[in-house]
Amino acid sequence: MSAPAGSPHPAASSRIPPKLGGAAAASGAAAPAGPGPGPHQQNGPAQNQMQVPSGYGLPPQSYIAPSGHYSQGPGKMTSLPLDSQCDDYYSGLYRVATQNVVTPNTASQQPGAQQMYGSVPPAPHVVGSTLGSFQGAGSSASHLHTSASQPYSSFVNRYNSPAMYSANSSVAAQGFPSTCGHYALSTVSNAAYPSVSYPSLPAGDPYGQQMFTSQNAPTVRPVRENSFSGQSTAISHPSPLPPPPSQQYHQQQSLSGYNTFAWSASGLPSTQDNLIQNHTSLATANNPTNPVADTLSCSVMQNVQPPKSSPVVSAVLSGASSTRTPPAAGRPVEPLASVARPSELLQQKGVDSSSTTSSASPMPNSYDALEGGSYPDMLSSSASSPAPDPAPEPDPAPAPAPAAPQPSKMAKPFGYGYPTLQPGYQNATAPLNSGVPPSSPMYSGFQQYAQYPGMNQLSSSLGGLNLQSSSQPESLRPVNLTQERNILPMTPVWAPVPNLNLDLKKLNCSPDSFRCTLTNIPQTQALLNKAKLPLGLLLHPFRDLTQLPVITSNTIVRCRSCRTYINPFVSFIDQRRWKCNLCYRVNDVPEEFMYNPLTRSYGEPHKRPEVQNSTVEFIASSDYMLRPPQPAVYLFVLDVSHNAVEAGYLTILCQSLLENLDKLPGDSRTRIGFMTFDSTIHFYNLQEGLSQPQMLIVSDIDDVFLPTPDSLLVNLYESKELIKDLLNALPNMFTDTRETHSALGPALQAAFKLMSPTGGRVSVFQTQLPSLGAGLLQSREDPNQRSSTKVVQHLGPATDFYKKLALDCSGQQTAVDLFLLSSQYSDLASLACMSKYSAGCIYYYPSFHYTHNPSQAEKLQKDLKRYLTRKIGFEAVMRIRCTKGLSMHTFHGNFFVRSTDLLSLANINPDAGFAVQLSIEESLTDTSLVCFQTALLYTSSKGERRIRVHTLCLPVVSSLADVYAGADVQASICLLANMAVDRSISSSLSDARDALVNAVVDSLSAYGSTVSNLQHSGLIAPSSLKLFPLYVLALLKQKAFRTGTSTRLDDRVYAMCQIKCQPLVHLMKMIHPNLYRVDRLTDEGAIHVNDRVVPQPPLQKLSAEKLTRDGAFLMDCGSVFYIWIGKSCDNNFIEDVLGYPNFASIPQKMTHLPELDTLSSERARSFITWLRDNRPLNPILHVVKDESPAKTEFFQHLIEDRTEAAFSYYEFLLHVQQQICK
Amino acid sequence: MNISIHPCSWPYSTSACSLQLTIIAFDELRTDFKNPIDQCNPVHARERLRNIERICFLLRKLVLPEYSIHSLFCIMFLCAQEWLTLGLNVPLLFYHFWRYFHCPADSSELAYDPPVVMNADTLSYCQKEAWCKLAFYLLSFFYYLYCMIYTLVSS
Repeated sequence: MSAPAGSPHPAASSRIPPKLGGAAAASGAAAPAGPGPGPHQQNGPAQNQMQVPSGYGLPPQSYIAPSGHYSQGPGKMTSLPLDSQCDDYYSGLYRVATQNVVTPNTASQQPGAQQMYGSVPPAPHVVGSTLGSFQGAGSSASHLHTSASQPYSSFVNRYNSPAMYSANSSVAAQGFPSTCGHYALSTVSNAAYPSVSYPSLPAGDPYGQQMFTSQNAPTVRPVRENSFSGQSTAISHPSPLPPPPSQQYHQQQSLSGYNTFAWSASGLPSTQDNLIQNHTSLATANNPTNPVADTLSCSVMQNVQPPKSSPVVSAVLSGASSTRTPPAAGRPVEPLASVARPSELLQQKGVDSSSTTSSASPMPNSYDALEGGSYPDMLSSSASSPAPDPAPEPDPAPAPAPAAPQPSKMAKPFGYGYPTLQPGYQNATAPLNSGVPPSSPMYSGFQQYAQYPGMNQLSSSLGGLNLQSSSQPESLRPVNLTQERNILPMTPVWAPVPNLNLDLKKLNCSPDSFRCTLTNIPQTQALLNKAKLPLGLLLHPFRDLTQLPVITSNTIVRCRSCRTYINPFVSFIDQRRWKCNLCYRVNDVPEEFMYNPLTRSYGEPHKRPEVQNSTVEFIASSDYMLRPPQPAVYLFVLDVSHNAVEAGYLTILCQSLLENLDKLPGDSRTRIGFMTFDSTIHFYNLQEGLSQPQMLIVSDIDDVFLPTPDSLLVNLYESKELIKDLLNALPNMFTDTRETHSALGPALQAAFKLMSPTGGRVSVFQTQLPSLGAGLLQSREDPNQRSSTKVVQHLGPATDFYKKLALDCSGQQTAVDLFLLSSQYSDLASLACMSKYSAGCIYYYPSFHYTHNPSQAEKLQKDLKRYLTRKIGFEAVMRIRCTKGLSMHTFHGNFFVRSTDLLSLANINPDAGFAVQLSIEESLTDTSLVCFQTALLYTSSKGERRIRVHTLCLPVVSSLADVYAGADVQASICLLANMAVDRSISSSLSDARDALVNAVVDSLSAYGSTVSNLQHSGLIAPSSLKLFPLYVLALLKQKAFRTGTSTRLDDRVYAMCQIKCQPLVHLMKMIHPNLYRVDRLTDEGAIHVNDRVVPQPPLQKLSAEKLTRDGAFLMDCGSVFYIWIGKSCDNNFIEDVLGYPNFASIPQKMTHLPELDTLSSERARSFITWLRDNRPLNPILHVVKDESPAKTEFFQHLIEDRTEAAFSYYEFLLHVQQQICK
Repeated sequence: MNISIHPCSWPYSTSACSLQLTIIAFDELRTDFKNPIDQCNPVHARERLRNIERICFLLRKLVLPEYSIHSLFCIMFLCAQEWLTLGLNVPLLFYHFWRYFHCPADSSELAYDPPVVMNADTLSYCQKEAWCKLAFYLLSFFYYLYCMIYTLVSS
């Protein structure tokens, strides 16, 4: 990796390779657009590109008309009696089907529409009081609105029904301000709906008055959607040029300016009247003591607008959003990445193909009233990306600011606050942002915080002022769980955004790589104990990234005492010194660091890429290695006993290897070797010069030796012909074998001996219980116990052999990956140890057979392709550091813990996730921020020693309410799942299940008794945790933890292994699958990925009541997809998508969608392909006919329904409530 | 009356010594090479791993003697009908039994599993346990000594 030509400084050179994909294109497109900010800029493109105006132009009545699709929700709800969910699902279904006829007033009738589990009286909706209301933010907001101003009521109604599904949830999911309290009112609307001004709308338009209010709205969610459109505009529709990111900045500033009205007044050349109005309205709205607040905020509510905001705004974020849609799903890229920062596609072989940046739909915004669901659709379009979801953009979105140079403050979008930027700085940055091409203003914007800590303190104290005037954030809004019928949002749940100031938010690590269960860290362990929530980190450190700054430098700047890498959250005391943010030691800035290769300027250490990015990769110098980096070495250990030959995996493996031989990551030193075993061990001499591969048989399995140690692992390129010969011959070599025994243990010992000089990766393919030699196993499963509700035994290993072997391997930098393809019990619990402790990975294909079970065969083939070509890191170690006062205590994942904060990973792959539990050892009272840093040191397949560093920064809070407000329910559930796996192995499964239930009971009762002081009969949870019981129930019904349902021991153990080593995004799908209705896919809200239009249907809750007989539903369980076809499903759908004339002719086993040349087929296929992209495990698709025997598998995943052995969701809630009351 | 105490002081100190060793071993486990560059070096991986395994092996070897000596004591107290002393020791005895027979999973392994032992909470738990037991053994050692001398003097 060479430095860019002409880099004047010899010592420090950052590499600036060209970037691929949309970010570059976007920035390129953005640059010429020119700054010229102003209202027209936002509106022009909006109207050109989207059909928004048409949607708006429609008379209000037309919105109510749509009925059909979305109004079906409320209609159904009202119709269903309390016990419907316990019924046979048909009853619910059919009733629903008949009652789909929706009267127009369903939409406008809030309480009726939202009847909860039957017994709930319509909630009174009082303006400003949302505590008692169980409605979504959006709906309550709209209520307020309705009551406030009649002209808008129709407008509001128009959105009500979609909002009912989604608004509350979407708001909550993002952790946005709540409807509680006066202040929140404004923000709610902002969060739920983009606020965009439409100055060009006719005066008589009902939205006319919105113009002024909307501008102060910190929208959040829309930004993401918009960013899509922006992306697309940048790429596929160059004509309406989006403005540069700078636009966004001043917009933010302007909006925050409103919040901090008092300060910003200083230098405000605010030109427009309406702006000033905004100032006043928001200023008052922010003030909880102001009695007028409610009414004022009602006017603010008019911001409730369709999400179609201008593409302008979106274009701004193009950099950030680009990562969401592409299959390679990078992390959200900070805008600053777009042009100038040294970045490179880190994707290596095999990943490249998927690294294209997506483009978004040019017209995702057609807001036609047809299905009415467009708003939810939109949301889901952004949200349901199969790729690791990028951060919910923290940026409060730019309300279109009319005047460009709007000097104002960066205030956080929520009221309860943290340091904001100094006014003085803002004044300085604003002009920059407004007019300069994308990259530079970013830098100038970011630098401020890191550079002048003194100022930060000042600003933080100012931020403290802000804090007093704030009220409850949205994530704290109490939700009465027993009355909230549609708890699941229509859009996927986002990681909550840490409550930091804007600068830090932008710099912060992507939640895909690094996530904490509590985004507000409690100050003391006592506080944490009170909250009864787990504290821990979830890591996905080696994720495939589309963009990553790679830094080559002679000296890697690190803290001298704690060895922390310099990161964006350190503070520069002056030009020559920086203060470590983990141990607070003051360090010198080395001379080399003073030079910034980006700007080629001297004396600006705060502008170095290390300080501008929270995820960076260093090329390590020779200090970091004592021996030369190891070459890529791959060894395949294959079972060739009768059982294996019968299953026929060899053909698939050899075929796959032949295809991907050139794509194996590695350099010219790459080495490869093969071993096979049955009751003896066969080695293959592939030494260059031989005319054909030579098979060497070692039958002494008690004392294995290597026949020719030098020629068994050969250079891939020198011996390629021999290797190909071998791979072609291998499937047929053992066809008539009669050997049924399997000497896996001795084979592994031989593999270890073979690998120990170099280290590398051993891939073991095993099809049965090892029956010979060391490490032989006996069957431990009692099939009669499979559905036992009491004790599940044998979850732990039966022998130490595999663990010891794994430790030996780990010591020699060898990882063992296990592919278990068996039809009967193979004691995965014992075998998995070989991968667990050597940092390998485990694949399991139950009842594999290449002809009898073609879907498994196909899955193996696709998994192998990914496995062979994905990026790999060798001899890796990962160290996790955290701010003084915090300490890590338990690690989860596949690795060996070498010292208390150092994980030894023989191999690291992009699909490995880790979890860490934290405890607070010392009080954190003297700090307002804590940081976590993960440093992964590895040898790349090209023989480079690299260090990938992620840094996460989180605020510290002292009140219990704030702790709850910052809870990240998905991260918590994943951590709990990890802990539960440990518990079930060390103690028992029932203990683990109890612990899971107790986690819900404890946290909710702690919340009820401390934070919400209201006396409720129901089960109250903070909005941030409202999905907690649902997810825990899902966990209890997960294969790993379920009881009472027949579960094979190996399946259970495999699920546990998955929980331990899957990264969060994939794990969540495993725990709580996504259900979509696919027979009516539309392009509404669709996104563009690689020139494909990907429709974005809304999420359905996992209950049979959602399955209508005339529909088709797709369930995404992570490693498997089901398409359920209802009995009376539309024949058009069956014909167009499935390729069969009617329901009866659909075959029982169908695993593919035919490539038909119809629109609906195209939509369905592109949606499924999009969901499939970038999964570590390639999901197989099963088409499940209603009434086919396979449907039980599908129905197992409907976790909100009752099964014979487990609660329904509502029953579970009652159970939890009962426990709390005890 | 307290005859059984006398010969027992000897093995008792052995038991305490084994505890002492345990503590030293844990200390060694905890000791970290502070230089991470060194730590991260693949060459050291093996060394470190061997170290951990060696210590775990040592710890496991110490477990059985300690437990059996303590049980032996309890049996002797029982024979000598030293109810008070026995009462003092019974909780620890039960704890030992629990520790010994409550093996996670099916494996025959005791505690001190190399992959697990470096988890900070396991490590600190073991360390605390060792310190507490050491204190208990020392106190009871002096108590027995006192009892013995008292018996000798009074008889």
